[in-house]
Amino acid sequence: MYLVLFFIFGGLCVAGALNLLFQRHPINSALSLIVVMSSLAVLYLLLGAEFLAAAQVIVYSGAIMVLFTFVIMLLNAGREELTHGSKAAYLIGIPGAAALFALLVYMFLSNRAPLGSAALGNYLVTTTDLSRVLFHQLLLPFEVTSVLILVAILGAVALARKEP
Amino acid sequence: MEVNVWIFLLLSLLKVIVITVLLLMCVAYTVLLERKLVGRIQNRWGPSRVGPFGLLQPMVDGLKLFLKEDLLPESVHRPLYILAPIIALTCALLSISMVPFGPDVTWHGVQLFQISDVNIGLLILLGITGIGVYGIALSGWSSNNKYSLLGALRASAQVVSYELALGLSLVGVVLRSQSLRLRDIVNVQSTHGLLSWNIFGGFQFVAFFIYLIAAYAETNRSPFDLPEAESELTAGYHTEYSSMKFAMFFMAEYANMITVGCVATLLFLGGWSSPFGNLFPPVGGVVVQSLLAIFWFVFKVFCFLFLYVWVRGTLPRLRYDQLMGFGWKYLMPLAILNIVATSLWLAFRAG
Repeated sequence: MYLVLFFIFGGLCVAGALNLLFQRHPINSALSLIVVMSSLAVLYLLLGAEFLAAAQVIVYSGAIMVLFTFVIMLLNAGREELTHGSKAAYLIGIPGAAALFALLVYMFLSNRAPLGSAALGNYLVTTTDLSRVLFHQLLLPFEVTSVLILVAILGAVALARKEP
Repeated sequence: MEVNVWIFLLLSLLKVIVITVLLLMCVAYTVLLERKLVGRIQNRWGPSRVGPFGLLQPMVDGLKLFLKEDLLPESVHRPLYILAPIIALTCALLSISMVPFGPDVTWHGVQLFQISDVNIGLLILLGITGIGVYGIALSGWSSNNKYSLLGALRASAQVVSYELALGLSLVGVVLRSQSLRLRDIVNVQSTHGLLSWNIFGGFQFVAFFIYLIAAYAETNRSPFDLPEAESELTAGYHTEYSSMKFAMFFMAEYANMITVGCVATLLFLGGWSSPFGNLFPPVGGVVVQSLLAIFWFVFKVFCFLFLYVWVRGTLPRLRYDQLMGFGWKYLMPLAILNIVATSLWLAFRAG
């Protein structure tokens, strides 16, 4: 049951990602990205991370992607033309992607022991568990991240402010 | 207790069908309620011809919308044009599945008054609302019409901005009840009746007013109905829609109103608990108690909807810059202050 759901939504995720690259119209690409985000949320849910799944839907599918579609609508971007692109991208692109893929596979395979304990769907990380870890063991990284976000907000305000 | 899979499936299906049909009926009669009340406010009768007191008016309206020609304008982006009302209505109907309507009554191990009881029900509700924005945004873009596009831009900017204030206003309540499960949030408020509701006993009235205002903006209702301001935008994002596709947007709007009312009832007004608490001894068996609980729930939601219509009939529409400024400069800081005050108070009380 869990495995079937995993394959359905994992497949949906990959299909959405491919569709995102192949679509010529920016709005279709944005919509495919929403599909990717939402199926990722389902995958989190299958791993028992319910809070993460909800946050993924609210933040990524609900807020960030709305801004993406918003900008596309405002710019009224049309169909994209297929160009030859740069030579460097052709030369480095495929070997680079292959190297990255190989590196990731190597890292995951060599760290199988600590990562292998995750299982599909037979347990649940409640919000209480999550917040206990987040605010006891990981308090410093959490606070540092919030400062980082605050800096980003201040930067956005400074950039958007009218000249005096 | 072991739950039989077939009984579970059958009962769940039954619950889904009953609640969806009831919700759609409520939507139809909320429209009638609105027309009647706004009629009274403007010193006229409102619909009164079809059936006694105009009670059959929603049925006739529905029939009319069904029978109308479904126009498809020429230069629309067709897949998205058709998808948009479906997204809007689906999200509006989905969110009711998290709402508990009554006390924890189980039959053969299946909860009777709630479709799905989830640990993070509140977050899922917010998530579904967030997805619902796409219905509006895509409808405006795909209709290839300047009025639709402007209406959709206004609507999505407004909904995204006010979603922040809305979400932050709920944090105080969550802090008090220490749970995101809607059933727990209601149970926390049910000890002393009116006095332990979050709006009174929990000192969350600031949060309630923030929620109220943000919810009006969130459902694009007046005085925040700029996305469909007739005098500037013809009809806003659904200008190009006709027949059942228009009806789907219409139903989505009213279904959202009802859901917002349900959430306000659950979070601030004590859900299905009676305002008298345990003042009177419980009468009757489980059945009478459940019916009484559902009566209180429906009554509170009705009051909320009445307020919606009352506000619509009374207040003029805001200007767009006023709307955005109000949301970002007043409501959001106020909501954050409320969170800080509530957490300080809770920490003080816990010692």
